[in-house]
Amino acid sequence: MLEIKNLSKVYDGGVQALKNVSFSVEQGEFLAVIGLSGSGKSTLLRCINRLIEPTNGQIVWDGQDVTAASQDEMRLVRRKIGMVFQHFNLVTRSKVITNVLAGRLGYVNPLMSALNRFPKGDIEKALSQLDRVGIKEQAYKRADELSGGQQQRVGIARAMMQEPAMILADEPVASLDPVLAHSIMQYLEKINKEDGVTVLCSLHFLDLVHRYADRAIALNGGVLMFDGPPNKIDDEKFREIYGKDAERVG
Amino acid sequence: MNKKSSPIRSLAVGLATLLVLVVFAYGFSVTNINFEETRSERRVASLTRILRALAHPKIFDYQFESVNVEIPFYLGCPEGGVEVPDVDRSGAFILTSAGCAEPKGTIVIEGHNFQGNSSGPINFIGFSAEAPEGVLLQVGNFQADAQGNFQVEVTLPNRQVRAEPQAIRVTGRVRVGGPEISREAQITWEKIVETVFMALLATTFGTMIAIPISFFAARNLMAEVRTPLSNLSLSLIGWPLGIGLGIKISQLLSAWLTPLFNSMAVTFIGAIIFPVLGFLFIKWRVSKQKEDAELQFSDRLVNLLYTLVALILAIASILFLGKLLLQVGSYLTPNKEVPLYFIRKFIFQVGDIVAMFVPVVAALVSGGILGGFFGKIGQMISDKLPPARGKILTLIITPIAGALIAVLIMQGVDWFYEFNNPAITLQWPAITGALTGLVLAIITAPKQSLPVGIVLYGIIRTILNGTRSIEALVMAIVFVAWVGLGPFAGALALALHTVASNAKLYSEQVESILQGPLEAIQSTGANRLQTIVFAVVPQIIPPYISYTMYRWDINVRMSTIIGFVGGGGIGFILQQNINLLNYRAASVNMLAIAIVVATMDYISSVLREKYV
Repeated sequence: MLEIKNLSKVYDGGVQALKNVSFSVEQGEFLAVIGLSGSGKSTLLRCINRLIEPTNGQIVWDGQDVTAASQDEMRLVRRKIGMVFQHFNLVTRSKVITNVLAGRLGYVNPLMSALNRFPKGDIEKALSQLDRVGIKEQAYKRADELSGGQQQRVGIARAMMQEPAMILADEPVASLDPVLAHSIMQYLEKINKEDGVTVLCSLHFLDLVHRYADRAIALNGGVLMFDGPPNKIDDEKFREIYGKDAERVG
Repeated sequence: MNKKSSPIRSLAVGLATLLVLVVFAYGFSVTNINFEETRSERRVASLTRILRALAHPKIFDYQFESVNVEIPFYLGCPEGGVEVPDVDRSGAFILTSAGCAEPKGTIVIEGHNFQGNSSGPINFIGFSAEAPEGVLLQVGNFQADAQGNFQVEVTLPNRQVRAEPQAIRVTGRVRVGGPEISREAQITWEKIVETVFMALLATTFGTMIAIPISFFAARNLMAEVRTPLSNLSLSLIGWPLGIGLGIKISQLLSAWLTPLFNSMAVTFIGAIIFPVLGFLFIKWRVSKQKEDAELQFSDRLVNLLYTLVALILAIASILFLGKLLLQVGSYLTPNKEVPLYFIRKFIFQVGDIVAMFVPVVAALVSGGILGGFFGKIGQMISDKLPPARGKILTLIITPIAGALIAVLIMQGVDWFYEFNNPAITLQWPAITGALTGLVLAIITAPKQSLPVGIVLYGIIRTILNGTRSIEALVMAIVFVAWVGLGPFAGALALALHTVASNAKLYSEQVESILQGPLEAIQSTGANRLQTIVFAVVPQIIPPYISYTMYRWDINVRMSTIIGFVGGGGIGFILQQNINLLNYRAASVNMLAIAIVVATMDYISSVLREKYV
């Protein structure tokens, strides 16, 4: 359902972040993207919804060539792809509910939303999404009053407001402690299993990959090093992905 | 790091020292530094006089009761001496030690029967053919004792000797009642209020214009704006067409509607009906809006027509509302004496402003509508047509756009330089514009997106920097020529300066926002307007408030001197008082400025702490 063909990205400074990366993802899969910092994980995820313009290659999603889509068409593509970020990327001075409602921006009338008017159904939906991640009572607080784990849950609720067919999660737990990390991962798992949403999630810790992912792909220096089930990552593969001196932790 | 000292090094240091000395010596000579002058007695005396006057701000004043006593006096003793006149000793009277004296001579003047503790000037009144009513020359002061007697030695002025008697006049004054607020202080109060409001209005209106501009002057927002050439060319054609159309619509509408304005009742009804109609129409259209990506050319054309209808309704509403305010305002202002006159006048002025800005706003909005519509068509050409056909269309459109823009620019230049020569203002720019367009169309690949945003950013930045480099004081001179002396000119100058400086400051705040939320909002499918409203605006509110407060503070300080060039406010009378050597009054003005600036500083810091 998502097909990446020979994707490359060269940044303005000449840094090659992705080199000919090709893989495909089935509907409903939980795919982990692993690799060192700077290996191109974030660039890859951002190329898929074209927050970053790929230099070369093709991304086909649901039969549509995303790389060739016009600006207006991108709006329709992006609204079906939710995104969750390492640093949550909430608008911290806005209320929690406003942050969650922002997930509807791709659907509602731009003029009305600019006046902060959302359909009643959307507001109810936002509250029920907050309820689902267990922070309904925080809805009218300012986002920066929430703790890190709560903020990430708001981020997930925002992504879910998009009624996404796929969620791109860019190291969603890297700035949280291990206990919170599991709770956030469980939400993603629930979304994946219950709602059938495809999840592409970049992760640092291999034990999280083993526990939650159906499949993993690994990047090293922008090159795809591995594509297969997580339990196929043996010591040799591990060193290929993370470098000769790397040691397993956790 | 330990360099060894070498002769060359020492020589270099010596030369550098010498050079510094020469530079400073030249500086001294250029700036006319002259400390000899500062020690001269005359200078020290005038400095003392001014500083003492400044130290006595004339805030309070007393009522005086005064009595004038005059006796004849000969300057230059006539032959045979002078008769000693009879002095009426029933009231206050004065006696001189002699009835005549030579110029620059000294005499003793005695006064009696004055009110106890009274004081005042002693004047010599010189008569001449040129001044038959007499010229007052102060020769001294007196201070009477508790019984009302005094004795003072005075030196007579160096005037021409006359055979006829001249006179000596003593004015005895005594305070009646307690201190009162002086007239100077009253004027100062009036003017400082004027100053504060001048700054308030300039800040408010300047900020209102600066905020939208600041988004266009922010690099991070504009860098993303890239469009294909077909979009750019068509919107460049659309904008001027739209502006022309907007002006035409507002002219026609106001011509058609003017007969209706004769009756206040009709105006009132119109001012209700049209806004309601417009609101319902827009609401209905918004509910029918489809996604941009799904629109065909015919849909867009229909959309354009509906938008123009909405624009007409909006202009009619504004015209009605403005006229209503004007009528209400003039109906309520028969004379100036009624209380709350200023509120009625305000209503009238707002109506006037609305009427004045209708064509401008209509032109801009309609320019935006048509520019946007044409741009979308251009975008469709690039997105939907096969590259070859798109290229051919672009080759036709771009020269037209180039020619149009070049001609329009030259028409503007012509207004300044009055060429009155169609070859310069029409033919040549059309040809060069078209050629530039053609070259551009040839060298750009189909679907290649051009960095339009960055170009626009550069243009706006340049204009802002240019405007900002002109001091508000200089702008005030131009505005005084346009709207006349007074605070209005000052407020306009400050407002313009506020636009230029704050747009820059604000845009730098936009540039320093966190990119994360921006990216998150974009990833939901939000368009540019939504991204700005949801990701940018919440982040910039605190610095915007802070800079606006700071600008008000600056404007209060600026408005104190903008009066120096006729811009109204307290500077106007401060300058007058300085020119009239009325330092005690000037001191009151300066005191008021200091108090206002200090208060502003305090208030703004409190507010900033509270809201930021």
